[in-house]
Amino acid sequence: MAAGWQSLVNILGPDVARIVVGLVGILALVQVNALFLVWLERKVAAHIQLRIGPKEVGPFGILQTIVDGVKLVSKELITPRHVDRKLFVLAPIAIFLPVLVSFVVIPFSEQLQIRDLNVGLLVIFAFSTFNVLAILMGGWASNNKYSLLGAIRSVAQNVAYEIPLLLTILNVLLWSNSLQMSVIVESQAKVWNVFWMPVAAIVYLICATAETNRAPFDIPEAESELVAGFHTEYSGMRFALFFLAEYSNMLIVAAVATTLFFGGWKSPPFLGFLPVPGLIWFLAKTYVLIFVVMWVRWTFPRLRFDQLMNFCWKIMIPAALLHLIVYAGIIKLIR
Amino acid sequence: MTTEMLEPITEQTYYLNMGPQHPSTHGVLRLFLKLDGEYIIEADPIIGYGHRGHEKMAESHFYEQFLPNSSRMDYLSGLLFNHGYVAAVEKMAGIEVPPRAEYIRVISAELNRISSHLLWFGTYVMDLGGFTPFLYSFDDRENILDILDRISGSRLTYSYCRMGGVAKDIDEEFIRATRSFIQRLRSRWDDYHNLVTKNVIFIHRAKDVGVINRELALRFGCTGPILRAAGVAYDIRRAEPYSVYPELDFEIPTGTQGDALDRYMVRLQEMEQSLRIIEQALDRLPEGPIKAAVPHKVRPPKGDYYFAVESARGALGFYIVSDGTPYPYRLRARVPSFGNLQVLTDVLPGTLVADTISILGSIDIVVPEVDR
Repeated sequence: MAAGWQSLVNILGPDVARIVVGLVGILALVQVNALFLVWLERKVAAHIQLRIGPKEVGPFGILQTIVDGVKLVSKELITPRHVDRKLFVLAPIAIFLPVLVSFVVIPFSEQLQIRDLNVGLLVIFAFSTFNVLAILMGGWASNNKYSLLGAIRSVAQNVAYEIPLLLTILNVLLWSNSLQMSVIVESQAKVWNVFWMPVAAIVYLICATAETNRAPFDIPEAESELVAGFHTEYSGMRFALFFLAEYSNMLIVAAVATTLFFGGWKSPPFLGFLPVPGLIWFLAKTYVLIFVVMWVRWTFPRLRFDQLMNFCWKIMIPAALLHLIVYAGIIKLIR
Repeated sequence: MTTEMLEPITEQTYYLNMGPQHPSTHGVLRLFLKLDGEYIIEADPIIGYGHRGHEKMAESHFYEQFLPNSSRMDYLSGLLFNHGYVAAVEKMAGIEVPPRAEYIRVISAELNRISSHLLWFGTYVMDLGGFTPFLYSFDDRENILDILDRISGSRLTYSYCRMGGVAKDIDEEFIRATRSFIQRLRSRWDDYHNLVTKNVIFIHRAKDVGVINRELALRFGCTGPILRAAGVAYDIRRAEPYSVYPELDFEIPTGTQGDALDRYMVRLQEMEQSLRIIEQALDRLPEGPIKAAVPHKVRPPKGDYYFAVESARGALGFYIVSDGTPYPYRLRARVPSFGNLQVLTDVLPGTLVADTISILGSIDIVVPEVDR
């Protein structure tokens, strides 16, 4: 292992070697995470709905997603007539690639971070905006009215919810004085941000749910209204890429929430004596947050489009702005 | 609807065919929508995709032979349709039904009404995007299907009623299962209300959405929960009493303004009233025969007859013309969903696509019943 790493460093140089190994690691993580999350989602849903969920393939049905994945890969890639072929093919790739980039800066533990850029947080949010573009591409290229409606909804929703999302993040940035992920984690060494800015954490989680198009904000792919929204016309692996991107996005927003508000890879207060590595803490926090998002999804009905926008512009943005002003004052006083 | 009939599309508007294959049009309804963005300018429900010619079929069948068809019109409340058809023929031929049979009919019909409302509850919330209540209500509904399966041998299309009675007597096990189901469902109301009725998103999605007021409901001949949600306490079980309903004590729940939330509440309260009816009917269940002596082939005297019952969706009437032969000369079913569906043309314009689903769901149509 160590010898292999050394030879890789000798060939590529330390920086490139780190990136190569990191990207391979990310690809593996994204796949395994999606496999696990789809299984978890189905199990959580089943539990909430008084069912058993997948149980046939593997212990507790954990291999079910792999079997489903094999089915999706083996399916024919149908490109309907009347679609804009270039954009149609490009959209699933465009939605998936930014996801990979975002993982580069996420600090999974003190050492386990591919690149600790000094604009780490900015990178994540810059690339997560690509999401909208890809959905718009897919929805427009499909040449289907349901897809187009889904794409329009998605753009309006994501653009609107990015504002309160970024406003809440500013609170954290004021405290940490840096966009660097490791510094943000270090700034929470004494007390996690969630404990003294809980409103910001809640606003972030709501906006993140909206950003990832999860219920109750899943109006771009509202299956009872728009069949499947922007990915109605997609099949096989192209559809799977949309799916993969959705679950990877969930992981990213939850990982960012962990980093920003829940102390990243640091152990919870009073549990620091436990010999648990930071990676475990980080993943545990992240998946608990994902569980909360799933819990909400399987409990609430879906908002209507105009209610969603009203909620954003009339409640979330003023609340986030007010919160920012108050906390800017508080931080100024503390410092 | 051909393309020549459409106005030229201006830049702002476009047409959308919602259905006949769409997750939320509940079968094969096609909604032809003219949209401006997400706002609906015109809506035209186009029916007929599930037409099987039941009324024409009746003309070439004995009265008894048509019985299975009746429960296939509305597959969600088949027993109520059975009851309506059989009662109509009994009225024509002047058949006296033994009291025990009437009570069994009422018990099974009310169970069927609850199962239909439970299914509606699940699918309506699913239309609004909440998937979990669907499985809760289906879990409860499964009990009813099991209970009715015991006596009729089928789960949806029962064909349980017979001319002059019912097919099979109920036993102690049926009564025990029904009573335990009543208890079970009553204990579930809290879950339903906590999960759905009190949910702020649900209230926002249903309140003031799709208002079908009294005047509109009466103009379109809407019946059932839609009419009652508009504040008109019209229920065939009380307005034109039949079977043993006059002997039973139950209320007719009504709403005030006729929006989707009112229709939701009316249906939920109706389920509770149905439970009351079943309880009373079980308590009073008389002994005796379950079927009157009826000739092998019913030959109603010449004339035309109409008989209505309250189905889960509203007034269900059978208008039958007899020419004295064992075949009906003409049979016409006045089905509730047909009138209830047409009101969409007036209600939908001005709403959003998402509301279309909410309104359509709250009206609770069964397309094969509309098309027959």
